[in-house]
Formats: sequence, structure tokens, C-alpha cells
Amino acid sequence: MVCTDNIDFTIPLQPAADRRMIKFVLMVNRQGQTRLSRYYHSVELSRRAALEADVVRYCLSRKKDQCSFVEYKDFKVVYRQYAALYIVVGITDSENELSIYELVHNFVEVLDKYFSRVSELDIMFNLDRVHIILDEMIQNGHIVETNKSRILAPLTAIDKMVES
Amino acid sequence: MSDVVEKTLTALPSLLSLDSHPGSAKLSSTSKLGNLIRGITELTSKHEEEKLIQHELLAIKEQVSSPNTTMRQMKELMVRSIYCEMLGYEASFSYIHAIKLAQQGTVLEKRVGYLAVSLFLNESHELLLLLVNTVLKDLQSTNLIEVCMALTVVSQMFPKDMIPAILPLVEEKLNHPKEIIRRKAVLALYKFYLIAPNQVQHIHNKFRKALCDKDPGVMTASLHIYLQMIQENPDAYKDLTPSFVTILKQVVGGKLPMDFNYHTVPAPWLQIQLLRILALLGKNDQSTSEVMYEVLDESLRRAEMNHNITYAILYECVKCIYTIHPKSDLLEKAAKCIGNFVLSPKINLKYLGLKALTYVVQQDPKLALQHQMTIIECLDHPDLIIKRETLELLFRITNAQNVTVIVEKMLEFLCISEDDHTTIDLVGKVAELAEKYAPDNEWFIETMNTVFSLGGDMMQPDIPNSFLKLLSEGFDSVEEDRKLKLFAVNSYVPLLRGEPGKLPQRFLQVISWVLGEYSHLREDLEPAEVLSLLAKLLDMKNSSSETKSWVLMAMTKLCKGGTDASVTQEVSETYSSSLDTVLRQRAHELQYLSQDPELRARVLPRGANPETLEVDSSLSFLDRFVSEALAAGAAPYKPPHQRQEELDQSKALSLEPYGLSLPISMSSCSITDRQSPTLLSMSSGLSGDSADLSHKGGSSALKLDGVKRVWGREGYLAQREPVEEAAQVEVPSPIQSPGRQGEGDSLHSQTPTQTPTPEPEQEKQQLASSLFVGLASQSSVSLMGKSEPTPQRFRRKAKGQGPGSSFNASEQISSSLISPPSAVDNLLCNNLLDSNNASELAEQTSQLSQRLTTANGTCHTEAELTEPDTKGCNPALRRDNCVVAADPGPHDDPGRLTEVCLDSYLPAELSGLSHSEIAPLCANQSLNLSACHVQKEDSLILVVFIINSSESAIQQMLLQVDSEELEVSCLCDSPAGEMTSHSVAVGQYSLTVKRPAVHVEVVGTVSYQLPAGTSQSLQFSYKVPLTSFIRPFVVSTEEYGTMWLSFSHDTKQNLTLINDNQEPLTATLNALKKKLQLHVVEVIGMEGIVACRLLQDLPCLMHCRVNAGWLAVWLRSPVPDLPDCLIYHCQRALQSL
Repeated sequence: MVCTDNIDFTIPLQPAADRRMIKFVLMVNRQGQTRLSRYYHSVELSRRAALEADVVRYCLSRKKDQCSFVEYKDFKVVYRQYAALYIVVGITDSENELSIYELVHNFVEVLDKYFSRVSELDIMFNLDRVHIILDEMIQNGHIVETNKSRILAPLTAIDKMVES
Repeated sequence: MSDVVEKTLTALPSLLSLDSHPGSAKLSSTSKLGNLIRGITELTSKHEEEKLIQHELLAIKEQVSSPNTTMRQMKELMVRSIYCEMLGYEASFSYIHAIKLAQQGTVLEKRVGYLAVSLFLNESHELLLLLVNTVLKDLQSTNLIEVCMALTVVSQMFPKDMIPAILPLVEEKLNHPKEIIRRKAVLALYKFYLIAPNQVQHIHNKFRKALCDKDPGVMTASLHIYLQMIQENPDAYKDLTPSFVTILKQVVGGKLPMDFNYHTVPAPWLQIQLLRILALLGKNDQSTSEVMYEVLDESLRRAEMNHNITYAILYECVKCIYTIHPKSDLLEKAAKCIGNFVLSPKINLKYLGLKALTYVVQQDPKLALQHQMTIIECLDHPDLIIKRETLELLFRITNAQNVTVIVEKMLEFLCISEDDHTTIDLVGKVAELAEKYAPDNEWFIETMNTVFSLGGDMMQPDIPNSFLKLLSEGFDSVEEDRKLKLFAVNSYVPLLRGEPGKLPQRFLQVISWVLGEYSHLREDLEPAEVLSLLAKLLDMKNSSSETKSWVLMAMTKLCKGGTDASVTQEVSETYSSSLDTVLRQRAHELQYLSQDPELRARVLPRGANPETLEVDSSLSFLDRFVSEALAAGAAPYKPPHQRQEELDQSKALSLEPYGLSLPISMSSCSITDRQSPTLLSMSSGLSGDSADLSHKGGSSALKLDGVKRVWGREGYLAQREPVEEAAQVEVPSPIQSPGRQGEGDSLHSQTPTQTPTPEPEQEKQQLASSLFVGLASQSSVSLMGKSEPTPQRFRRKAKGQGPGSSFNASEQISSSLISPPSAVDNLLCNNLLDSNNASELAEQTSQLSQRLTTANGTCHTEAELTEPDTKGCNPALRRDNCVVAADPGPHDDPGRLTEVCLDSYLPAELSGLSHSEIAPLCANQSLNLSACHVQKEDSLILVVFIINSSESAIQQMLLQVDSEELEVSCLCDSPAGEMTSHSVAVGQYSLTVKRPAVHVEVVGTVSYQLPAGTSQSLQFSYKVPLTSFIRPFVVSTEEYGTMWLSFSHDTKQNLTLINDNQEPLTATLNALKKKLQLHVVEVIGMEGIVACRLLQDLPCLMHCRVNAGWLAVWLRSPVPDLPDCLIYHCQRALQSL
């Protein structure tokens, strides 16, 4: 057959890796302001703010006794509240929600260990370091390290180099 | 002087920060970053935010391009840019500076540079190419921190085409003494595997080494690769099962160092990962499953502590147990476990329990019975999420008897749901259930009406399509058919009389079609009335032109002239001048056909059987058009996926000189060689479908009815006859053990209960009996008094998944989210963990006994692992020095017998040449197909033997051969026409490489007609090793030199040297020459240059150098993938020595 049409057959081929993964990690406060965002699949910058506002509004509307896992469009959202800060993780349907819920806590415990009693301001003033910590834990949407001392090892080594 | 001052000033904030703790918030409050952050916390509106960030961006832009900016300042600028992008404002001007910072900065600055790059750029961004050199340099750095950073960024994002440049360095790191470097190297290889699997296929043995690493972290990292590979091909890794089991056993047994624990649970996420791998390996494989029963049992037993993370492990464990080959006592324990989940007062556990139950009822629907009361409660749960998950569960256990109740519940939910995605999903499910299990016509039509009204125009388009198809095809009984159609007509007329403006467009289209086709079934309905109802739809403002076209079509079917003429006349006049060409055409059709009843009766016969239509699926009537177009220079057709691939390739930077790009010879496009164009497109379509199906299979609907039940509480159920099963239904006795009470109730709601139940309780039980009916008995006994009709009277195709994630672009932030800033400050400084439930942290009650065994703290898996296997590399082809088919061995093997026989059918001109073993391809009752390939100097010939093994002649035999990777051209005439009984036909095809791949394959079809006139076809595929296409490429050293510079695709790799005799380089090159027919151009000292070509004329050059006991080879070619493929075969060749 002859290719006479101009139809764009851009069917987004889903790589196999997308089947089970973390799609994004957000830190948002009760006012709906984003304190940290990390995407593991490509979302255009222009669409992120709307997505975040939407997801956060959804999470904020939920009561304490309600389920910490919500369906949002075609994926799931796991959220956990720490003081005025919400940590929100977007995952695909086949992920294990509870293990992600605990991963969030592990992340906060790591932050708490590094900043000794972490607060929202610590996160704001050390956005780069929080990202470095998160990068040690999650890569390509997969959990790559959960051992607290190993997560912190590269960053503490950098800190030591800076000091000396 | 001023310079010094500035330096001091800029150093000030960081000097201040040095003596305090890195996390302290006060330190940078005087800096510009501090100002920005303070500004952000004080924001009260979107407008203010925009003003602040735009101002900030201007400031950053100015400073970033100033030559005086130090790296330390640049680091701060990057963090500020990250802030701006995080809030949604693009800072693209800073991308290049992020790359510069990664390149020029030191330690933290460098890290922040890399971080900014990974946050700013996506994986296909072209600036990423500029990072390659920096990564290359850092990978070679003596500073471990820099190596670490480089590996981290590589495992996050790296340009695919540049992998060969750093692959040797990353591989080298696998042997690094520091665990963190080894671990990160493995993760980098994982990334390579994800984005370019063929680049790392030669280092699978190194993955195995990583799996056996003495450090648990490195081992954990390698599991990512294994999970991925096992997902793709579980059979290839079955031999590793004992290793995974041993690892899990050691983890569960607490053999890991203490710091891997999370709340006293040893490496929970690692356990989950291992359980996922085991589930994949044990699926449908009894012997492999048996290896893991013990460790699964232990996992269930160990995870008894009351903490979320142990439940997360248990959930994975239960899923694994229900995925692998069943074992009764494990199933029982898993079922109990699920019970604990659903009954838990903790809502998160309840949710997970429902999710597990949804997964499990697909194997064992009875399990739902045990928890029916809990499920009912969840159905009324105030949390919509729980409700939704419960509906998902009910969807999986729907059968013909409970369908009405379940669909009712789903429709109830649809009415309150506001989320579009949920609506689309649920509407699809209701439609599916309605078609599968509809108890009667009325219910079906009414349910579908609700589906169309609620689903509106968002639903999948195939729902209305298959509904209409179903109506028109009907089912067995003519009378039933008529009733269904009549009922549909009856229900639509009042809808149109009412307020049709409120109905969705799709529904209106369905209504118009049905009325057009079937309104004549209702005798008391005047066509004129229907026409005027339809005409009313045309006048509605919100009718889309698509709907209008449906309406006009329906009117054409209905108009009869006479009294109707005025309406149709008016309508056709209005639309015959419409700007919409489709509407205009319809209007003209309406006009002509309404005036010519005879023509109308011929064009649109009433009650035509839709199945009599014959479709020429090969589109052969287009052949002339196609050949003319080709002759006129049009491009040959490419299936969509191929076009997509090429599009992707063309998007990447092309470094290839134009002259050397893949030659597509026009001759291959001519109509004779083209074979059937549809064969190609159809086969590609098929493969796409099957991939889609297998993908869907994991997550979506499982039909319980009609699917053979293989699972039960006791494990695999023996294949019982349905009759027997019916006889097996338990007779409920009035006295039952409490555990079985629920089950009994479900079967017979009238079973007297011993204690009087309160009103609402009874209601629930009634609901339960209607919801769970038919589960216990596998639907073979009906409580409704009538035996169940074969439920799949309507069958529908699997639907595609809903549209991809599309986010609402609502910019507005709800005002309730914004509270006065004073409150913000108080909250900002609170410790995050303090405010949490104390109980979650207070679970430090440890299990000391577990820790005692962690003395040496490493996994001993090495002994368990087998050596990398070399299966699959047996050379399929016997080469020059082998004598083929003259094997005097005993002729007891039937396969060999045919080979010897077929040998004599080999065309005379080929008989003197070496050929591969004649391998059987496929066979059916009449035909037997075999093939072999013959090596010629400048071509490779594929010979296909067709043997008519039947007692009768076959007609119109047609052999077609094609390939994705190869150019196939037919030598002499392809065998065709008639074949007498027990004769042999031979087809010859010349093969050349179009697109190199490690394994290339030829696919083909033989179609023929039996004497009875029925046409049949046989499909086959034949694998050809790429090595058989390699020919020596004779060039001079000078020619080699010029070509080397012009070739753009390359790869580098270390190969093992052969060290048996005097000169390793010559020995190795000679071995390669002999095995792969390479041409050694020249050997100078420790270096050698080699050249070869792939038939027909795809050159590849190879530069070899002896380096530290290895043969470092560098391959270059103008053809993408060729160096990778060739290096793969070189490795194979050297391994097999």
C-alpha cells in the first residue's frame, strides 16, 4: 500500500518499565504551595502546576479517618500528612500502596536524621539537599535504596568535603 | 581591590553557614535565596506569586550570564531556578548553566549542577549531549564522590546513543572495591537496560555477578534488572529461582546487617521485590513453585508484627501465593491473611484487603463468600475510595444471577461520582456486564439507556458500536430478536418525545439508527411521526454534525414518499447546501431515495442480513492503484509501528553521511516482489493486538463464567464434568459451624437463623444473598428457578484502556486552601515527625533474637548460583568444513529421514554448496514445510520445501515470504498453482540484510485450496543467524582509514584474548576470521584492523588492540545497530571456542 495519508500514528508506546512505578513525589503544605516536586515520567512544565493543584485539593479535602490512597485519573495517589506538610506520591495501579505509604515515612525519617528534627523551613532552605537525598532513594520511579545510613552517605561525604 | 571585596561579600553567607548545622534555617536568610524563600512563604495569591517569580527570573537571568559569577554563586542561582521551575515558571535560559556547573563546579556545586540538569531536562533533550564529556571525566576521576555523582546522573538520564562511550567505564566500576560504586554502576546498567536493552545484552553474566555480590546493597540493585528481564522472559531465568529463594530466606531470617531494618523489619522493600520476582517465576510452573513454598510459608509466619510495613509484605506474599502453582495449606493461610486485612478497622488495610481480594477472587470466587458481610459494609462505606474498590471486586464476581444487583450498585455509584475517569471506567464495565449476563431484554435495554445517558460523550466509542452490532446481529431466536428490537424502539420514542436536548450525542446517534432500522416493527407507530421526531433533532442547537448525519441516514431509511414528503423535502433542501460535505451528501441521498422507492428498496433493503457482506480483506482491488502509484514514485507502504520507529530515529541527531544511508532498491517495491501488502500490515497489527492483550490480561476483567475453573481452596481442581459439579452443591443443614454460616446464608437466605437479627442486619443479609448468589456452586445451580441460559450470547471485544492521563488545566487554587500567613509561620517550624501519631514511632520493641544472628551480615549466595549458562549459542548452521546430510547415522529419526530425502530436491545449482540442516517449519494434515539456507559467495539463499503429504492434490497454492529485518527477493518463480499428491515444491529466496539485529527472522504463509474448495493457510517463521550474512570485506589499509572516519555508529568492548599459543592477537583474530569470515586487513604490533560486510553491502570496520590482557575492540559502521550486533556475535564466537 502507498503511504498517501498524513495521519500521525503517534501511539505512545509504553515501555515495559512503566507497568509498576512511582510517577511523582510531591511535598505540599496545607496552603497548597509546592515545596518539592520530582517527576519520574515526563510531564510538561506547563501542566505540572495544574496537576499539583488538583491532586493537592483532592488530598486536602479528605478527612483524617479516610483512606490514604486515592484514585486520581488513571493512576493512584498515596499521601501522608506531617504537621502542615503533605507528602504525596503518584503511583501506577499495580504498585503496592502500603509499601509506598511506608516509604514516605522512611523518607521523612531520613530527613529527620539528617536535619535533626526536620521542619518545613529546613526543606525550603535546603531544597537541593532534600533532592539529593530523594535521588538516593528513588530513581526512574523505582525504590533503589532504603537503608538510612547508605542513603545519607554520599551527602554527608559531600558535606565533609565542603567543610574541610 | 573591588574584586576582593566582592569575593568576601559573596563568601559571607556561606562562611556564616559553615559553623552551624547544615540543616539550620537561619543561615541563608540574608542571601538572595533566603529572600526568595521568604517571599514565597509570604505569598497570598497567584498574582503575587507570578510577580515575585517573574522578577526573580529576571534577576537570575542577569546574574547567570555575568562572567564574574563564581561557581558558588552559580550553585545558589541554580537552586533559585529550581524553585521557579517548581512553581511552574520556565527557566530554560539556565539549563546550559546547569550543565556548566556540573562540569566546572566542585563537590556540592557539581552535585547541584547534576541535580539541576536532571530536574530541568527530559531524557530526549538535546542539551544532554553536552553532559557526556563531563560524565566521562567524572567517571575517571580519582575522587570517589565525583564518580558517585556521575553514576547517579547516568542512572537517572543519559542519551541513548552515547551509551557505548561510557559503557566500558561503567562496567569497570562493577569491580570497584567500594560497595557504593558497585551498586551505582549496577543501577546505571539498569538504566541502560531500560533505554537500550541491546546495548547491554552481552554483559548478562556481569548481572549474575552483581546478584552474587557480597554486599546486600549491590545484590538489591541487581534485582531491578532481574525483575525487568524476568518480566519479559521468565523461562530464561528459572535456574535462578533457588538463588532468589535463598536470598529471601536469609533476609526474612534477619541475616542482613541491622541498618537494613525498617522498624525492626528486615529490608521490607527488598522482600517485596523478591516476592514479585518469585511470583513471576512460579506462575504456571509447578516445579519452580515447589522450590518456593517453604520460604513463602516462612514469610507469612514472620510477618506477624502489627505494623504497616509487615502488611505491605504480607499483601505481596498473598499475591505471590495466588499467582504461582497453588498449594492448599499456603492458600488457606493466605486467605486467612486477607481476612485480617478486610476486617481490620484501619482503613488503609481494609483498602489493601479489598484489592487483594479482587485479585484473588479471579482464581477462587468462593473466597468472596467468606467475607460477604464485610463486602456489603464496604459497599456502604462513607469513603468513596473504599466503595469504588468494592465495586471493582464485585465486578470480578458478577455472574448471570447477581448481575442485576451489582449493576444497580454500579449505576448508583455513577450517579454520585464526579470524576470523569471513574465514569468512563465504570460505564464500560456496566456495558460489559450487561452484554454478558443480561437476564432479559427489558433489563438490557434499560441498563444500556442508563449507560448512554450517564456515560455521555466521554465513554469509549465501542460501547455504542457493539450495542448496535448486537441489536443487528441478534441471537438464535427470531422472536426474541424481534422483541429486543421492539423494546428498544418502544423505549426510545418517549425519550424523543420528552426532552431529547438533554441526551448526549452518542445516545442520540444510537436512537436514530435504531429508529431508522426498526421503528417499522411497531405497527401502531406512523413513520411520519418518527420522521418528525427525528427532524426535531436536526433543529436542536447542540446537535453535532455527526449526529445530524446519523439522523439524516435514519430518515432516508424511513421516508416513503406520500405524506412524509413534506418533512423530508424540507430537510433535504436545508442541508443540501450545508457547508459540511457529509451532511450535504446525506441530504442529497435523502432527496433522491425518497423520490425513488424502488432504488431505495435496493440500496437500503429492510432487514438485510449484515453477515452476507463480503469483505476483500487483502484489498486486492487496490493493487492496480498501488502499482501505478509506486511507478509514479510514491513511497511504499509502511505499517504504523515502523513509521513510528523511523520517526523516532529521525528525531535523534543524525550523524550519518547522506551517501551511506540504507539503500532501498526500487525493485523490491515492485508489485511481484511485494507479496501481499496486507500480509505485512496484518501481521504487524496482530502482534500489536497480542501485546495489548497480554498487557491487559494482568489487570483487567476476568470472565468467571465460561472460564474453566482451575483453582480452589484445595489447590488445583481436577477437571470435573460440569454435571458432577452441580451434584456437588452442599446441602445446607440447619446447624452450621459459625465459620460456614455466611456461606449457607448466601445460598438460602430463608435458612432460619438461630438468633433473631435486627432489621438492618436482615436487609444486609438479603443483599448478600443476592450479591453472592451463584458463587459457591459455580453458577451451575440457579436459585431463580430457571436454568441459566448460556450467558455469552453476546460477545464483545476487549476494550482499549481509557485515554491517557489528561490533567484538568484548572489553574485556580481553591480559596479555602489559602489561610492568613501568620498561621504559616507557626506551622513552618514545627517538627514534622512530632505531630504524628506517637504509636507509629514507638514501635521500637525489638526482636533481639533476630539480631543475634547478624554477626557477619552478608548474603552467602555465591555457592547457590550456577555458572552463566551458554545455552542458546549452539551454532545453527554448519559451515564450510562440515559435510551436511551425509551423516551415515541410523535412520530411525523421522526428522532426519525427511532431511535426507529433501536433500535431493535441493536445486542443482545449490547442491554443491554448504547448507544448513533442513529444519521442519510447520505441518498440517495436508502440507509439510521445511527449510534450509545455503551460503553463496555474495548471497544467502533460503530454500523452502513444501511437501504435499495428503492423498489428494491441492490447488491455488501460494507461498509468500517476508521479513522485518531482511530484504527478501524471489529467485525464479515462487511455487504456485497445483500440487499433486505426495509431490514436493521448492521455493528459493535470496536474502540480504535490511536492518541488522542479533537474530533475524523470515516469516511466511502458504495458502492453498483443498479439492473440496475450502481455502487454508499455514504460517511459519524461520530464524537465520546474522553470522551467515557476514562476508569478508577486502579493503586496503588506506581505504579502511578513510572509511573509518566517515562511519558514525560505533561501539567499544573488551573481548577475551585467546592465550593458547605464541601470539594472542593473531590467534584471536584468526579464530574470529575462521568463525565469522572476517577479513583481517592488517596487523601492526599490538593492533589489528579487520573488516567485514553484511550481505548485501553493509560494511563494518573493527579496530582491535591488545590492552591489559584484553582485546579492546572498537567497531564502526554507517549502519545503526550493526556494531552492537557484530560485537555480540564476536563474543559468542570467542566463548564457544
